[in-house]
Amino acid sequence: MSKDNQVLEEITSKEYEHGWSSNIEMESAPKGLNEDIVRFISAKKNEPEWLLEWRLKAYRQWVNMKEPKWPNVTYPEINYQDVIYYAAPKQKVKPKSLEEVDPELLKTFEKLGISLTEQKRLTGIAVDAVLDSVSVATTFKEKLGELGIIFCSFSEAVLEHPELVKKYLGSVVPMNDNYFAALNSAVFSDGSFCYIPKGVRCPMELSTYFRINAANTGQFERTLIVADEGSYVSYLEGCTAPQRDENQLHAAVVEIYAMKDAQVKYSTVQNWYPGDKNGKGGIYNFVTKRALCAGDHSKVSWTQVETGSAITWKYPSCVLKGDYSSGEFYSVAVTNNYQQADTGTKMIHIGKHTKSRIVSKGISAGHSQNSYRGQVHILKRAEGARNFSQCDSLLMGDKCGAHTFPYIDVENNSAKVEHEATTSKIGEDQIFYCLQRGIDEESAVALIVNGYAKEVLNQLPMEFAVEAQKLLALTLEGSVG
Amino acid sequence: MSAVLETTPLLSDILASVKPEAGLKADALSVLEQLGLPGNKSEEYKFTPITRSLEKNFNFATKNSASELKSIESFAIPGVDAHTLVFVNGGFVEELSRYNQTDLKITPTSGTENGFGTLADFKSDALVAWNTAAWTSGISIEVKANTTVSKPVVLHYIHDTSKGEVKSFTRNIIRLGKSSSLTVIEKQDTIGDQAGFSNIITEGFVEENAALNIFSLQADKGKRFHFGQTSIWQARDSRMNSFTLTLDGKLIRNNLQLILDGEGIESHMDGLYILQGDTLADNHTVVDHRKPNANSNELYKGVIDDNAKGVFNGKIYVRPDAQKTNAFQSNRNILISDKATVNTKPQLEIWADDVKCSHGCTTGQLDEEAMFYLQARGIDKVTARAMMLYAFAGEVLDKINSGPLKNYFDSLISERLHKNF
Repeated sequence: MSKDNQVLEEITSKEYEHGWSSNIEMESAPKGLNEDIVRFISAKKNEPEWLLEWRLKAYRQWVNMKEPKWPNVTYPEINYQDVIYYAAPKQKVKPKSLEEVDPELLKTFEKLGISLTEQKRLTGIAVDAVLDSVSVATTFKEKLGELGIIFCSFSEAVLEHPELVKKYLGSVVPMNDNYFAALNSAVFSDGSFCYIPKGVRCPMELSTYFRINAANTGQFERTLIVADEGSYVSYLEGCTAPQRDENQLHAAVVEIYAMKDAQVKYSTVQNWYPGDKNGKGGIYNFVTKRALCAGDHSKVSWTQVETGSAITWKYPSCVLKGDYSSGEFYSVAVTNNYQQADTGTKMIHIGKHTKSRIVSKGISAGHSQNSYRGQVHILKRAEGARNFSQCDSLLMGDKCGAHTFPYIDVENNSAKVEHEATTSKIGEDQIFYCLQRGIDEESAVALIVNGYAKEVLNQLPMEFAVEAQKLLALTLEGSVG
Repeated sequence: MSAVLETTPLLSDILASVKPEAGLKADALSVLEQLGLPGNKSEEYKFTPITRSLEKNFNFATKNSASELKSIESFAIPGVDAHTLVFVNGGFVEELSRYNQTDLKITPTSGTENGFGTLADFKSDALVAWNTAAWTSGISIEVKANTTVSKPVVLHYIHDTSKGEVKSFTRNIIRLGKSSSLTVIEKQDTIGDQAGFSNIITEGFVEENAALNIFSLQADKGKRFHFGQTSIWQARDSRMNSFTLTLDGKLIRNNLQLILDGEGIESHMDGLYILQGDTLADNHTVVDHRKPNANSNELYKGVIDDNAKGVFNGKIYVRPDAQKTNAFQSNRNILISDKATVNTKPQLEIWADDVKCSHGCTTGQLDEEAMFYLQARGIDKVTARAMMLYAFAGEVLDKINSGPLKNYFDSLISERLHKNF
């Protein structure tokens, strides 16, 4: 038992690696939210009139909406008037090339291990870096441009490709979809936009890196990915934030629109600051992610590794509208200390012969609560639809909780739906087996947890898989149940 | 369990039909007034539009008409020798009941029994509050320690709707002493073609090493709208078996709640619903593991045809103390027609780490390969289908020990599945 305690102490005392903050001159809006703030943000971005109208409409709807209370998480009431809705690094003129970008900014991302300088071409990832509310730099733009791929910050897209943005913004996640989506629609500041033209296979991974830096700010980005007929793209998203005592709000929206035969793979490694070992501080991560498989034979796959955030409220979903379209959801959610996660997915089968697959692995340690909440809905028209769901929970320590809330609604008799869920701890026999072969207890736990999460980690692109495995090991190192 | 506030004429009719008294009944009435009846936004009644059904089919300002029922012979379960307790239109009928008190004590429910109202929580569920405020009759069964009750107790709920609609509110309480055992069979029937609504709550206390079996048969061909809650508290080393067979009715809602409050407990909850027409059967079960080293096992299967609808919600709670818990749950459904639907929500909530818990649920249709295999051997399609469905149902049926009750259930299932082999 003493060993357990020692080991537990060790993990809980483990500091958040990305907890530093950069000293960058910031420009921000006053605290609070009203129509003027919405206008302020819109003006800052030089947005066209239609977008301002869209934001104001969203704001007016948000005012009349109520914060959802159904998630299995508890947190003190958020005062939405006490949040700064816009913060941006102060730059006098918009940089034309990376040389003109504030070196302090570059250093920030360098420190996070994200190269914006295009020197490490070997890594072969195009990055859109978002610091607080503003996209700082986008790499590999020209190379992608040759193929007709548009990959840029959201504000740039609004100015340069208004027809695309206007057409697809809100087409997957309507502005009044839910409380946080409405909030985001009103005040979103930046994010990434990506368009893959017909028949193009994106030659490199596209990536967005989000970083919250300023204190008391909320981050509201919006990502919109449009994959035209027969295209393919793999998209990565990473996030970190400095260590602060207050809770910070992050309400993002990700929309994916996949046309006929298009394939989109979206991977996230979420490592927002989770709060300290007593549960103080940390990010509230209230995110709406949804993909619409609009065309036949389209495919969207979500992979997520959730290790950070004080509270996670996130359900990457697929609306399978096209016939023979398919959706996948692979998730590892790790909670430690006082973290709370309520995460899962929704698979809405509308088209015929649509397929979905859900693999969710929850790991809870410390005093954390980890919930899987998912819905598989087979509509009447979805003939021959097929779903398989597997949700496993692993418990480490006797003060944490694991919860599963799957909803399975079937309205078509030719559909096949399977759901399985298990909850257990690491078997003593498994540990014993490893010990017997000379593997010490800590490595044995790492080995078992890695094996447990392998099915999901295997779905990640290689660069991310390495990061994810490290993260897993860091969060759970040695936590013997 | 949040009910959505619905102030409808129905609610005011209901509130007016219940005469406020002092004590628990009055408390429950004010809770009902506060909660309102559950609407479609209410998580617990999302798929079961009970409020709308009651609004459409009943007038709660009217009273039940009297019944002239003389005999219940035609409803008896063949071959089962039992203490039979008969309720007609919600009232206990001594003349139609056959029982003796040699090895158990049967008295009308008084509402003052030890533990009354403590298991069925009326503060969170409007229908439980309604029953708690409005119950008119019921039976209290007491079994002394170390007694094995030789004959089962049949609780027979009959609605005679030949003269008008019927509303019945029944409240039972069962107390099993240490190392005793009892079997209860519940059966519902309707005479006449008018609508009937029954709201039946049974609370049970199973002491150390005692065993309680409850079989529910819901094959009422009449227009039955039913809400039932069975809440059982179990002490250490006790055993509880529950079996629910749902074949007919308009809207059937069963709440089954087991509280495992001791070590070494074994609980089985089994259910089979074979639905046709426009029947809606909703099984909501809760297993609450409060102490370590207990086992629970749950198997619910459904075959759904025509416009019928199956709803299943199974909750497993494992409290922080309940280490070494084994809890298993499985829900399997076959949809036969293209208008049949099923909504299932298995739910695990676990706060202890050294446990083995799992749930599984599937929805699909008959295995085409198996069908082909049978047809290739000269068995026609109809027979092959019946064989497969009967085998599917058989897994649940086999949980009952053989005897006249199993034979009776078997005959009902065979008839429903057109078994002809």
